Amino acid sequence: MPRALRALRRRERVMKKVLSGNHAAAVAAQLARTQVSVGYPITPATQVFEALAEMKAKGELPGEFIAAESEHSVMAALLGASTAGARTFTATSSHGLAYMHEVLHWVAGARLPIVMVDVNRALAAPWNLWTDQTDSLSQRDTGWMQTYCSTNQEVLDTVLMSFKIAERVMLPSMVVLDGFTLSHSYEPVDVPSQAEVDAFLPPFRPELKLDPDQPITFGSLTQPKDYLRLRRRMAADMAEAENAVEEVGREFGEIFGRSYGQLDPYRCEDAETILVTSGAVGSTARAAVDALREKGLKAGNLRLRAFRPFPAKSLRAFVKPGMKLAVVDRNYSPGMGGIFAQEIKAALYPRPGVSVHGYVTGLGGGDITVELLQEVWERVDDAPVAEVPAATWVEDAR
Amino acid sequence: MTTLKKTKTSIPVAELMSSGHLACQGCGATMAMRYALKGLGDRTVMVVPACCWTVISGANPRSSINLPLLHSPFAAAAATATGVKAGLVSRGDRETTVVAWAGDGGTFDIGIQALSGAADRDEDILYVCYDNEAYMNTGVQRSGGTPSGAWTMSTPAGSARPKKDLDAIMLAHHIPYFATATPAYAEDMVRKFAKARTVKGFRFIHILSPCPPGWKTDPMDSTKLSRLAVQTGLFRLYEVEEGVTRLNMNVTNRKPVEEYLKAQGRFKSMPAGEIAAIQRRVDAAWEPEKGRPS
Repeated sequence: MPRALRALRRRERVMKKVLSGNHAAAVAAQLARTQVSVGYPITPATQVFEALAEMKAKGELPGEFIAAESEHSVMAALLGASTAGARTFTATSSHGLAYMHEVLHWVAGARLPIVMVDVNRALAAPWNLWTDQTDSLSQRDTGWMQTYCSTNQEVLDTVLMSFKIAERVMLPSMVVLDGFTLSHSYEPVDVPSQAEVDAFLPPFRPELKLDPDQPITFGSLTQPKDYLRLRRRMAADMAEAENAVEEVGREFGEIFGRSYGQLDPYRCEDAETILVTSGAVGSTARAAVDALREKGLKAGNLRLRAFRPFPAKSLRAFVKPGMKLAVVDRNYSPGMGGIFAQEIKAALYPRPGVSVHGYVTGLGGGDITVELLQEVWERVDDAPVAEVPAATWVEDAR
Repeated sequence: MTTLKKTKTSIPVAELMSSGHLACQGCGATMAMRYALKGLGDRTVMVVPACCWTVISGANPRSSINLPLLHSPFAAAAATATGVKAGLVSRGDRETTVVAWAGDGGTFDIGIQALSGAADRDEDILYVCYDNEAYMNTGVQRSGGTPSGAWTMSTPAGSARPKKDLDAIMLAHHIPYFATATPAYAEDMVRKFAKARTVKGFRFIHILSPCPPGWKTDPMDSTKLSRLAVQTGLFRLYEVEEGVTRLNMNVTNRKPVEEYLKAQGRFKSMPAGEIAAIQRRVDAAWEPEKGRPS
C-alpha cells in the first residue's frame, strides 16, 4: 500500500497553505471525515469552532456539527455520538477543558476514540489568556492520550494520526498546541489531499455501538472485580498505544514524508547536557542548541511529543550514563514542581549517572527565548543536585 | 353467574421492559418506563443520567429493558442524547428515537443547563423527567422538584420552598411538544409517548412518579396516589403542541388536596394552615387565566 500511496502522492499536487494552528486543526478534522463535531467558543481555541461552523455552513464539513451550550455538554455529546459509532472531534482550551474534566473520565473509561485539540492556556485565578500547559497536564489521570505539537504542520498531521491511533487502541486522544504561539501564528502547512488521507485513515467501524438492532447497555454499574479488570485492560491498551504511536508515526512518514515518534531528538548524538522541551518551545530550543553549538558547546534538544502514554521505554533507551537533562516546564504543580521533570525523573528511576534538573518558566505565556534556553543549558553544569525535588524558576529578563 | 367484561384498551401488549429489574416495590418510575416503551416501540435508544434508573436498569451484564441504553454523566443527559442522535444520523439512521430519561434532580437541578441548551437548539430528541420530587437514589434529599411542606433528609422540618415550575421553564423554550403524564392514566401516557415519537424536534414529557420509600407510602398505593394527584388538581394532565395547550383531563369536581397529602408520610407534620394554603393555590390555579397549579 505505501508504494501505491507514494505514487498517488506524486500525482497529487502537494498543496501548501498558510494556516494558523487553529485552522490546521480544523482542516485536519475535515480531512479525517469527522462525522460529529461539537464545539463551544473559548479563547484561544475559538477559531477551530468557527472554522468548523463555517465549513458546515458552506457544505464542506461532511458530518454533523453542534454548537453546544457548554464544554461539559460538548464532551457529553461526543460521548453519545462516539457510542453511537461516529468519528468525533472537538477543540477547547483551559477553563473549557477543566469544565469537561468529569466527562473526560467517562469517555476514556468507555474506551471511546474521540480526538480533541487542546489549545494550551493558563487557568484562573488570576485571569490569563496565554499559553501554559497546566490545563492539559491537569487531565493527566483521565485516561486520555496526549501529544504536544511544535509546529502547525505537526498539528494537522497529529490530528490525523491521533484518529488512527485512538481507533486502534480505543482510547481518546488529546492533541495539544500552544495558545497564540501556535494557535494564532500562521505557517506554511502541507495540506494533504482527501484521497491521501482516505488511504491513510479508513472509516471508523466500531465493534460495539448503540444500535436498536443490537440492544446493548453501555456504562452500567460494575462490581469491583470487573472494574479493576477493565482498568487493567486500559493499562494494557495504554502500553500498546506506545507501539501504535511509533508505528503510525512511521507509516505516516512513508506516505506523507514526515515521520513522527514519541520523542524528537535534535543534535543529541554527542551531547551530554540536553534541553528537554515540549510544544512550541521545541523549535525555540533547536535555535538555542544551534547557537550553543556555534560556540563549540555540545548541546542537544530532546522534545517530548507524547505525554500519555508516557514514553518511558523510549526515554530509558535514549538516556545514557553521564547525561544531564535540563527539563523546561511551562507548567507547575504547586507543592512539587514542573510536571514533565517529575515524570521524567519517575521514568528514569533508578538510573545512576543521570541527573534531571527542572526549570519552570514561561507560565501564563511568558516569553521563552533562545537566550533564556541557552542560559538554562549553561546553568545546568553548576546546578547542585537537590535532595528535595524542587524546580528552579527562571524568567525572561526583558 | 358472573360474566367477564371485555375491556378495550389501546395499550400495546408487547413488553420492552422485563421483570427482574432492581426497583423498589411500587416504584412509579418502573410503571412509567413500561408504559413509555409501549408508546415508543423498539426503535429507541435510551440515555440515562445518574438517577434511580441507573440502578433499576440492572448491573452489568444484565438489563431490564430490551433497548440500547447509554448511561450518561448526571449533568448531561440532554447533551448526551443530542450526541447520540447526531451519531445515529451521521451513520444514516434518522428513524431511531433518542430518549433522555432522567429524574427530577437531573432535570430540575444539575441537568438544567444541558436540558435548556438542547431545548434551545431544538434537538430532535425526547426528554423525559420522571419526577419523584426528591433525590431518591441517594436516599431522599430535597430537589427543585420537592413540593413545599415535604419532609426529606435535607429538609427534616419540611421543605420551605414551593416546587420549581419546570413546565413553565420548558414552555419558555418554544419547544414543539410538551406533555405531562402519570402512570395512573396509562392510556393517556402511552398515547403521549406514541405521539412524541412522531414529532420532530425537542419534546419533553413530565411524569409525576410516586416513590413509596421517599413519599413514605405503601407500595400498593402508588397508582392510587398518582391518580389522586390528578383528581385533586395538584398535577394537571395536559399537552402543548406548537404553543397550543390542550387539557387532557378537566377535573371539574376536584377532590380536596388534603386527601392526597394526608395519604403520605412525608407531609405528616404539615400544619393544617399549610394544607389550606395549598388548597387555595390549587383552586386559584384552576381558575381560567390563572395558569398552572404549583
